[in-house]
Amino acid sequence: MVTRLDPKVFDAEAEVSWCPGCGDFGILRALKLALAELDIQPHQVLVVSGIGCGSKLPDYMAINGYMTIHGRPLPIATGAKLANPEMHVVVVNGDGDSYGIGGNHFVQTCRRNPNVTQVVENNQIYGLTKGQYSPTSDKGFVTTTSPDGAIELAFNPMAVALAAGATFIARAFSGEPKHMAQMIVEGIKHRGYALIDVLQPCVTFNRVNTYDWYRKRIYHLEEESYDATDREAAWTKAHEWEERIPLGILYRIEGLPTYEDQVPTLADGSPVGRLMELTKRPRPEQYESQKEQFF
Amino acid sequence: MADTITNDMSIMIGGDAGQGVESSGAGFCLALARAGLHVFALQDYRSQIRGGHNFYQIRLGERPRYSHSDPVHLLIALTPESVALHLDNLAEGGAVIFPDKFQIDEAPLKQRGLFVDALPLMAIAEEHGSRLMVNTAALGAAAGITEFPLEFMESVIRDNFARKGEQIVDSNLKVAQAAYTLARERYGSDFGYRLRPVDGAPKRMLINGNEAIAMGALAGGCRFISAYPMTPGTSVFEWLSALPHEYGVVIKHAEDEIAAICMAIGASFAGARSMTTTSGGGFCLMVEAMGLAGMTEVPLVIVEAQRGGPSTGLPTRTEQSDLLFAINAAQGEFPRIVTAPGTIEECFEAGWRAFNLAEKYQCPVIVMTDSFLASSLRTLELDAIDFAKVEIDRGATLTYEDLDQLTDGYRRFELTESGISPRAIPGHPKGVFAAASDEHDETGHITEESENRVRMMQKRMHKLAEAETEMRAPALYGPQDAEVTLVCWGSTFGACREAVDEINAAGGSASVLKFADLWPLPAEATERALRACRRTVAVEQNYTSQLAKLIRMTTGIDMDRTLNKYDGRPFAPEEIAAALGQEVVSGHKA
Repeated sequence: MVTRLDPKVFDAEAEVSWCPGCGDFGILRALKLALAELDIQPHQVLVVSGIGCGSKLPDYMAINGYMTIHGRPLPIATGAKLANPEMHVVVVNGDGDSYGIGGNHFVQTCRRNPNVTQVVENNQIYGLTKGQYSPTSDKGFVTTTSPDGAIELAFNPMAVALAAGATFIARAFSGEPKHMAQMIVEGIKHRGYALIDVLQPCVTFNRVNTYDWYRKRIYHLEEESYDATDREAAWTKAHEWEERIPLGILYRIEGLPTYEDQVPTLADGSPVGRLMELTKRPRPEQYESQKEQFF
Repeated sequence: MADTITNDMSIMIGGDAGQGVESSGAGFCLALARAGLHVFALQDYRSQIRGGHNFYQIRLGERPRYSHSDPVHLLIALTPESVALHLDNLAEGGAVIFPDKFQIDEAPLKQRGLFVDALPLMAIAEEHGSRLMVNTAALGAAAGITEFPLEFMESVIRDNFARKGEQIVDSNLKVAQAAYTLARERYGSDFGYRLRPVDGAPKRMLINGNEAIAMGALAGGCRFISAYPMTPGTSVFEWLSALPHEYGVVIKHAEDEIAAICMAIGASFAGARSMTTTSGGGFCLMVEAMGLAGMTEVPLVIVEAQRGGPSTGLPTRTEQSDLLFAINAAQGEFPRIVTAPGTIEECFEAGWRAFNLAEKYQCPVIVMTDSFLASSLRTLELDAIDFAKVEIDRGATLTYEDLDQLTDGYRRFELTESGISPRAIPGHPKGVFAAASDEHDETGHITEESENRVRMMQKRMHKLAEAETEMRAPALYGPQDAEVTLVCWGSTFGACREAVDEINAAGGSASVLKFADLWPLPAEATERALRACRRTVAVEQNYTSQLAKLIRMTTGIDMDRTLNKYDGRPFAPEEIAAALGQEVVSGHKA
C-alpha cells in the first residue's frame, strides 16, 4: 500500500507487550497506514484508548495519545473534540472496554454523532485479565468466569450502533490490515461518528474464535451488490454471524450534521483556540453586564 | 404595640411545592434589595416538584446579613399547614397572613399576642386577575401591613411578568394594589415592624453561591463545562449554559457523572479550561476519573456542592460531610487541592482561582460548597464581584511560540525541581506526546521500572508541597484574645460570625477561625492560628467533625469541643450562641 505519508513517522521506540501473533499488531499497522494515507501528521491526531491489551496501542505510536481508564475513552475523546474540533480524534479500545463497562457511553456516542472515529479491538474475550468471557463472547463460551458456558446472549455492536443512530458502521478483520486500513480511512473521512469493529483473534486465551474460525466465515460486502445507505439491509447484515460474517461498510449515511456542527458556541472559534489567546488579565468590561440580572 | 422596629425583621413564606413559594420569596427579596435593604434568604424545600411543605425565610436589615435568624416576625401562609408548622418560629407581636378560606383556629395564635388575619386574598386575586395571582395578593398584603411602599413590589412584578404580556402584568399590579390597600385599611400602623426604603443606598446584587461560582469561573476562563444534573450543584451548570454564545463557553449535559468528568478531562487534556459540577453522589461516580487526572497531570475543576448523605440522603438539604472523602477519594496517592468558600464573595473568587490552581499544579481542584451556600440569596455590593481583580495564571502551560523554540525532544512529564512539568497543548509538531494512566516515564511511555516509579511519585507528590506554600491561613474574625474561638469551614461561617457578634455585643468574648483552603492544609499557619486560641469549638454540619479530624491529623491539635448538626438544616446564629452558653455541648469529640 503506497500512502501519501511515510507510515514510519508513526513508529515509536516502545517495547510492544502483545503476544506474538496477537491481532492487535494488524490494528496498529492498519491505523498507521490509514493516517499515512490521509496525510494526517502525528501532531494532528489524538488517539484515546481505555484499558486492556489493545488500549496500549497509543504507547506504540508516535502520536498524541491518551491511555485513560477502563470504559471511558469515548467521553474523554468527545470532550477533547469539543474543545478542539480541528484535531482528528480516534478512539481505540477493546470489546470489554467499549461494549461492557463503557456500554452506555457507546450508545450515547452513536446517537450524539461527534466527528470521532472508533476502532474496537473485538477479540470476544478479556485478555489482559487472562481469559474471562466478554460482552461479545458467544452464548455457551467457556471461560474461567463462565465454566458452564456464557449464559447471556452476545452483544451485537453492529445492531446496537444502528439502532442508536450511528452514521457509519463497518467491520474489519485483523488478518486483513490493508482492508482494515481502508475502513479506517473511510471512517476518518466520514463526517460524524464512525465505528469500525475489528474481529481480532486473541491467540492466547480465545481458542475458539481463531484466525481460521474467522477466515472460514468472513466475506466482503464490497464484492456484492450491497447498498450501505439501506438501513434495513444493514439491519439484516448486522445479524449475520454464525455461518457468514460480513466485512466492509454495513451502514453509512453522509451529510448529517455532527454534534460539533450543532454547538452554537463553536460557530466562531473553539475553547482551545480562545484559550491560547487568554491574557493575564481578562477585560472586566466584557463580563460586567452579567451583573444586571441580579439587580 | 408601643415600639415599632423599622427595617430589622425576618419574613417567612410557607406553602406547598408547586405553589410558587420560591418565586414569591425571591420576588420579595428583590423588592427589598431595590429598596436599599440588605437581605439574606434561606430556601427550604423537599425533593419533590408538587406537594410537600416548603418555606422561604427572608432576613433583612440596614446592615449586611450573613445568616437567617429566628424568630420570624411575619409569616405569609399559603397553606393551613404552614401556620401550624411555623407557629413556634413566630415572635411575640408578629403577624400571620393567610387566605380567609383556610379553617384556622385563631384563638391560640391571638393568645400568643400575634396579629392574625384571614384576608380575602383569593377573592382579591379573582376579582382583579385570576386565582393564580393569590401569591401576588399575599405579597401586596405583606407590603401593606409593613407599610413598605408598593412601588418596589410593583417594579419586581413588572420585570417578572413582562414576558407573559402586558395584560398579566396589569392584572398582577391591580391584585397587589388591592391587597395592599386592604391591609393598610385593616392594620393602619398597628403592626410593630415596618419596612422603609433606605435613602441613598447603592444598587446591590441579589445573588447565591452557585451563581457567584459560575461568574467567577466565566471570568477565570472556563470555556468547557460538562455535568450531569444533581441538586444542589446544577445551577452552576445552568448559569453557564444560559450565557450568550459570544462568551464561547461550550456546555455538555452528559449521560452520567462519569461521562461528565471524562468529557471535562478530555477537554482539558486538549487545552481548554474545563470544569464539572455535582453533589456528593455524583462525585462518588467521578472518583476513578479524578485519579486519572491526578496521574496524567491534567488540570481539572470540580465543584462539589454537598448535601445530606449518605446515599440519596437529604437531597435538598445541607451538610458538610464530604470533606474527608474529597481529600482521600480515589485509589493511590496523588496531589489534589480542596478549597471551600465560606461566603458568596468567596464563591466568586473560588470560581476563578480554582482554574489557576488547577493549571499551575496540573491536578484536580475540588471546590466544596453545600446546599445552604449554593442556594441562599444575599445582597452583595457591586464591587464584591470585581472582574478587574481576576487574574489568569496558566502556570507552566506552553504556548505555541514556546513550543516553536524547543530544540530537544519534548518530555511532557519532565522531572523538575518543583515537580511541575512544562505542559504542551496537543496540536503542535514539537509538542507531540502520549499520556497514560499507567505509571510512565518522562516522555509518557508506560513503565513499571522501580527507580522511575519512585522518581515519578516524588515528582507528582512534590507538587502538593509546592501548593501548600500558597494555601491560605485560616482567617480570624473577632478579637484576638477571645475566650472562645469557633472553628469552621464553608457556609457555617455566616451563622458563626453572627453568633460571635451577638455574644460579644452581650459582653461575652468570642471569635471565629474560618478555614477556606483545606487541602493541602497549611500546617504551620494552622498550628500558629490555633495555638493563639484559648478554647476552641469546631462548628460543623456533620456528625464526625471532619475539619477537627483533619486539623488533628495535620497538626496534632485537638479541638476542645465540637458542635455538630446533621439534620440537614443550617445552623442559625441563636443556636450556636445558645449551645456555647451551656456547660455541655452536644456533639462528638473529634
